[in-house]
Amino acid sequence: MKSFSYERASNAGQAAARAAEVPGAMFVAGGTNLLDLMKLEIETPRHLIDVNGLGLDKVEETEEGGLRLGALVSNTDLAADDRVRRDYPVLTRALVAGASGQLRNKATTAGNLLQRTRCPYFYDTAMPCNKRSPGEGCGALSEGAFSRQLGIIGTSDSCIATHPSDMAVALRVLDAVVETVTPSGATRRIPLEEFHQLPGDTPEKETALMDGELITSVVLPAPVGGKQAYYKARDRASYAFALVSVALIRQPDGSGRVALGGVAPKPWRRPEADAELPNGARAVMARLLDGARPTEENTFKITLAERTLASMLAEE
Amino acid sequence: MEFNKPADQNLFDRSKVVGKPHTRIDGPLKVSGQAPYAYERHDVVDGQLVGYPVGSTIAKGRITSMNTEAAKKAPGVKAVVTTLDIEPLGIWDYNAARLFGGDKVEHYHQAIAVVVAETFEQARAAAALIETSYDVEQAKFDLKSEFERLQGTGEPDTVGNFDEAFAAAPVTLDEVYTTPSESHAMMEPHASIVDWSDGGDMKLWTSNQMIEWGRQALAKIFSIDPDRISLESPYIGGGFGAKLWVCSDAVLAAVGSRAAGRPVKLAMPRPFVANNTTHRSATIQRIKIGAAEDGKITAISHEAASHTLLGGSGENAIAQTPYFYAGDNRYIIHHPVEMNLPEANAMRAPGETAGLMALEIAMDEMAEKLDMDPVEFRIANDTQIKPGNPMKPFSDRHFVECLRRGADAFGWADRNKTPGGQRDGNWLIGHGMAGAYRGAPTMKSGARVRLKDGSLTVETDMTDIGTGSYTILAQTAAETMGLPLEAVDVQLGKSSYPVSSGSGGQWGAASSTAGVYAACVALRQQIAERLGLEDPRFEGGNVVDGDMETALVDIAQGEELVAEDTMEFGDFKKNMVHATFGAHFVEVGVHAGTGETRVRRMLAACDAGRILNPITARSQVIGGMTMGTGGALSEELALDQGRGFFANHDLAGYEVAVHADIPHQEVIFLDTLDVSATPLKAKGVGELGLCGVAAAIANAAYNATGVRVRDYPVTLDKMIDKLPAI
Repeated sequence: MKSFSYERASNAGQAAARAAEVPGAMFVAGGTNLLDLMKLEIETPRHLIDVNGLGLDKVEETEEGGLRLGALVSNTDLAADDRVRRDYPVLTRALVAGASGQLRNKATTAGNLLQRTRCPYFYDTAMPCNKRSPGEGCGALSEGAFSRQLGIIGTSDSCIATHPSDMAVALRVLDAVVETVTPSGATRRIPLEEFHQLPGDTPEKETALMDGELITSVVLPAPVGGKQAYYKARDRASYAFALVSVALIRQPDGSGRVALGGVAPKPWRRPEADAELPNGARAVMARLLDGARPTEENTFKITLAERTLASMLAEE
Repeated sequence: MEFNKPADQNLFDRSKVVGKPHTRIDGPLKVSGQAPYAYERHDVVDGQLVGYPVGSTIAKGRITSMNTEAAKKAPGVKAVVTTLDIEPLGIWDYNAARLFGGDKVEHYHQAIAVVVAETFEQARAAAALIETSYDVEQAKFDLKSEFERLQGTGEPDTVGNFDEAFAAAPVTLDEVYTTPSESHAMMEPHASIVDWSDGGDMKLWTSNQMIEWGRQALAKIFSIDPDRISLESPYIGGGFGAKLWVCSDAVLAAVGSRAAGRPVKLAMPRPFVANNTTHRSATIQRIKIGAAEDGKITAISHEAASHTLLGGSGENAIAQTPYFYAGDNRYIIHHPVEMNLPEANAMRAPGETAGLMALEIAMDEMAEKLDMDPVEFRIANDTQIKPGNPMKPFSDRHFVECLRRGADAFGWADRNKTPGGQRDGNWLIGHGMAGAYRGAPTMKSGARVRLKDGSLTVETDMTDIGTGSYTILAQTAAETMGLPLEAVDVQLGKSSYPVSSGSGGQWGAASSTAGVYAACVALRQQIAERLGLEDPRFEGGNVVDGDMETALVDIAQGEELVAEDTMEFGDFKKNMVHATFGAHFVEVGVHAGTGETRVRRMLAACDAGRILNPITARSQVIGGMTMGTGGALSEELALDQGRGFFANHDLAGYEVAVHADIPHQEVIFLDTLDVSATPLKAKGVGELGLCGVAAAIANAAYNATGVRVRDYPVTLDKMIDKLPAI
């Protein structure tokens, strides 16, 4: 770990301004991912701005009939919120499918969105990684590499990492919007769809956030109803990242929404695939995974995604 | 004392303490954080510095230069020693990897430097500043192609004529199975505090299963007199064989201590457990079985390969095959393949674990071909001698009883026999079983006992790796001396205590209790002589002879009586095969959509001699079943075949079974006594629970789905294309 300085922020706008002003500054909240990455020197912030005191830890109802989820609401509290459980059950199911009880107690809403990939080549600093060290090459794309867990779509020749979050997959299917404050004190609303970026040839740039910009909340639109489900396929029953996960909202008329986790650098959803829901899982995946570029080791994720959705649809 | 003939009726057949369910006596210390593990022994020596290792980032080659300038100048740094600074250190007899010294790199994360600083953070930060240049040499990591090249070569262990018998057999099987490399992945990584400040006597506080091996190994590694070395390892946070050896934590701490002139403590970073220390090698196994229509095996061939560093032995997956099942014609061989991967060495039930993962699927497949119940097929091929050698009987074998008792208790007869034929909602339900076999060796083991004021202290360099040694040794001493359990204090894991068997190869419990028994018998003789008695009984805290009763507390009036002895095991044991046996029964659900396999219930029936303590023994068996669940379904050290390293080198990437994976577990112990095993008629049970269980799960997954997976772990990607449409 590199030495760093530390301050506690008491105002969101000022925190953003400080983050833009102090070289090498990063925000820290739950720290469940950042501290691990700092110990491994994958992240080497020179200054930490602790945002835990900003009071952004409430779930509030919006005028539009939705919910505003504070950036600092813990994953545990969010999953247990009565309104979330009643009106957005896909979110609760996704949250409790993630990590472990202990981690969910510390992990926050904003931090969950900002967690880094779990690609083993990103984690081993002796390995080349374009995301960690731009221009170094991709260890996961070389001959004989271990790529079973990695992405099959939305990836590029420079990076095939996935975004590991479960929560974000549910937020994507709920059309959530990220609210931020910028260093100049302005606020911004970023639809989750646009929040995470595809790697292209800049895999180090993962989100639409500008330098210093701080997430203050995530807004859920008014409840859309329907039958909501989240299924996470994995090698062990708990404390494992998804091989494939499926967030599903299905209306009584057969229409609905589908998003996938574990397959792409962002929660993966396409409107044209949603439109195929009445025609079944195969039709959905033909659109949703059109253009997939799996490795030999993770081709199975295409079949797995289709069969997972098919079994969810068959459950009714 | 020498155990040189089978045990007669003895005090353990009338036991009051041994064999009774006592909770572990060290439990309260552990759950309250008062049992100090190696890295926490802050009070044993003043002035401790912290070491941090640097590992090679290539698998094979030579180091051309190392720049340590920045590291040496970093805050708090007291010493930096690189592998180029010293001559290659020695390699101990049972190891293959060189732990430090010289410019040659033989595997990824081989230790190449140690940084010593005032704090952990300073040492770690400075270690990251060292720059290393290499001449990289190409290496191959493809076990499959090596196996293809080696098949049919070498000098097999043969009985009869396998080829002829196999060709003549009406029912045959010929399949290839693979098991992946596995990591011990114990909770406590390797850790040591070493004081070698003045280069004189070397003192270690470490985490090691075999104290005397450790002393001898360090002596050879550093070319110093073993009598100058002392080790302590009273508590061990899991070992599973990874701590049978001195590893680079101890060596780097010693080197660092010598350089800094102060004691140094060093714990392995988690990735080093996978790539610096030992692991279980991957295996490829081709098994051929021929049988008559009645199910009698006539021919069996088991040819396996595993990887190893030069001079090592890999994973001997054929270990059980010469013994477990009958058959007059046999061809058995293991090919160790040299590969620049971290050292492959013993991990819990080395050999049998990987071997039975394959053999017990093959047995399931043969039973199906023969249209026999897999339990009955195994019963039909039971043997009471080593096949092909009538002069070599099993000392005590109740495998058939394990199969029958287990099947009854599990409700095996009521299962659905048609693969893919039972469903519960989204889950396809399947049942599978497998046999378990593991050798039951004993090793010479010594102890010392001290009696003062009616309290007994047991001292032996035996270790407790979470197995319950403290408790069963206290029970043994209490039984032999006629004392209550509370009157016995057990002290373990110091090299100043008499040399014991140590913990490994599931020999620890049987051997070390025999050693404590020997020391107690010596004390009894001393007391008898003191009282002028011929052969008194020791019971209820008293020495009893006819009408005379003397309380042990009154015998020496404040004086301490000390006795020491070592149990040695006589040659008569070599005329027979000592082993433990079991049968595993498992119910799984396989998700009809995703192909995820989850265990729903599991049962093991075990024949392992006298069970010294049903609580700690059960704990060992269910621990083995849990480890086997990981081995069956999720554990795999993922090899990057291009670079030659295990890529998933942390506990997020290397998926051991978690609580949610483990359902109801049931263990049945047969009440067997192996009179030629030890005076206590006991055998080990710590590894038996792991043997065969993975195959029982794989067989259950087949029964659930009709999809046969022969490559472990049985993950969904290996069956998803073959599952029925939804």
